[in-house]
Amino acid sequence: MTVAAGIGLGERQAGAGAPPPAVTERRSRRKLTPYLLLVPGMAWLAIFFIAPIVTLLSTSTQTRPEGAEIGVFTQTFRFANYLDALEGYGPEFGRSFLYALLATVLALAISYPLAYAIAFKAGRWRNLLLVLVVAPFFVSFLLRTVAWKQILADDAWVADLLRALSVIGPQTHIINSAPAVVIGITYNFLPFMILPIYASLERVDPRLMEAAGDLYSSALTTFRKVTIPLSMPGIVAGTLLTFIPAAGDYVNSALLGNKDTTMVGNVIDSRFLRVVDYPTAAVLSVTLMASILVLVGFYIRRAGTEELV
Amino acid sequence: MSTATASSRNGRTSGQRLSRWLSTNAIRIYAVIGFAYLFVPVAYTFAYSFNNSGKSNLNWRGFTLEKWSNPCGAPDVCTALGNSLKIGLIATVVATVLGTMIAFALARHRFRGRTATNLTIFLPMATPEVVLGASLLALFLNAGINPGFWTIVIAHVMFCISFVVVTVKARLAGLDPRLEQAAMDLYANEAQTFRRVTLPLVAPGIMAGALLAFSLSFDDFIITNFNSGDVNTFPKFVWVSSLRGIPAQANVIASAMFFIALFTVLFAQLVAGRRRKAT
Repeated sequence: MTVAAGIGLGERQAGAGAPPPAVTERRSRRKLTPYLLLVPGMAWLAIFFIAPIVTLLSTSTQTRPEGAEIGVFTQTFRFANYLDALEGYGPEFGRSFLYALLATVLALAISYPLAYAIAFKAGRWRNLLLVLVVAPFFVSFLLRTVAWKQILADDAWVADLLRALSVIGPQTHIINSAPAVVIGITYNFLPFMILPIYASLERVDPRLMEAAGDLYSSALTTFRKVTIPLSMPGIVAGTLLTFIPAAGDYVNSALLGNKDTTMVGNVIDSRFLRVVDYPTAAVLSVTLMASILVLVGFYIRRAGTEELV
Repeated sequence: MSTATASSRNGRTSGQRLSRWLSTNAIRIYAVIGFAYLFVPVAYTFAYSFNNSGKSNLNWRGFTLEKWSNPCGAPDVCTALGNSLKIGLIATVVATVLGTMIAFALARHRFRGRTATNLTIFLPMATPEVVLGASLLALFLNAGINPGFWTIVIAHVMFCISFVVVTVKARLAGLDPRLEQAAMDLYANEAQTFRRVTLPLVAPGIMAGALLAFSLSFDDFIITNFNSGDVNTFPKFVWVSSLRGIPAQANVIASAMFFIALFTVLFAQLVAGRRRKAT
């Protein structure tokens, strides 16, 4: 739409016959304008995003020379670093993707009806409810995770209730377990799921659903064949915005989990900041990023939307 | 409908009526439960800001207003908060300016390297924070730069730019180009059109981008933790003290931020609603 307008303006100028010098000058300035607008921001991203990723790639094949000081590494192009790290931290990788997947599915199950209710059932409360969806964001996410630690604690009401209902045994803990980590991750990224789904549902014309009903489609079929396909861009955006940070998260695992719930993020954090083993941390970071990009690429292609990019 | 049939229906199928009511309102009930899930941890954070706690704030020890009357009572908490606010403001201004410029270039101009630009904007959002943080720290260490206040600002600007671009671009794409053409037809030059027509129309998008950038920056922990050196921010303060007990003052500050943000947003909505009604 906007591109078309740009072409239209260009044509109007070009249509005036041989352009006077002032116009050619303006036009060459017009050609430069996008680059002038881009340079500062893109330079920032080139220096502080792309260069670091390149540095990371280079760090990942470095080794520590015999007898060198802690934190000193030299480039030896040792690609076996990748095999070593993946062999050593395979379970952590598996857990990261498993927890992220579970959290994404749970978040979708919670968010879709919620977004649907806000888009179609809320009436004049719609804006207020949207504000309430974002509101928990304003409380530091670390404190909210600490709150989950209290909610899921052994002597808190959730555990008491589940024990009374015999859902869990008297000796079972919820806190410091894999389910607690998944609950925490699901909660953390919920608004990222609700908002895109709401945005795409809001654009759906309710008359389309009525039309499906008029054509003898059952409520379930209408939902499956009309509502879901029309809200697909929101579902894709929401699942990506949840899955990506979830796979790299380590805060939930550190605060709500135990030593058997360690995720890749925890390993990268400790290798980098505590053990000072930069190559291993770099290997794990590169692998995590690459596998996420591959997954995202496949997923976007299958879901058939490239609206995000 | 006659009362006789109505009452007989009541008598016959109160169970059915209940299940019917449930099925018509299922989505509303579900939504209420969903919102409860969203707000239980917030309620906990708020409630424990009144806890008469000692060092650790995990167990309830009785009600007190003491922490609210002395929010800076715990060591370092207000220094950390001040740093977070300063970093958030600087990073927001820089990221909003840079991001808005990129958004204009992408939405209003055709140029070589468009796809590469779009990809570079998208990639930071598709990269886990731990990778962004670790790689940037690797760069700083290789360059011999000690992490501190300004490295945090640099990192925050980096991950906020993409979000500003996406937000402002969406607003620009929704604008009617005929409004600008009309201004040009009425002999406004490019600068005038931009200042009097385009900018006011895009302002809500820029504002939204800036707010998003500030909240992302203010609440960021993972990237900050990698690139902060000895400098403390509010999330980092919470993380460090979570090992030995978070003072209730942190809950006071988080709750205060929550209510300030909530009331600001509600107030803005109210004003916008009034204005819409007036026009």
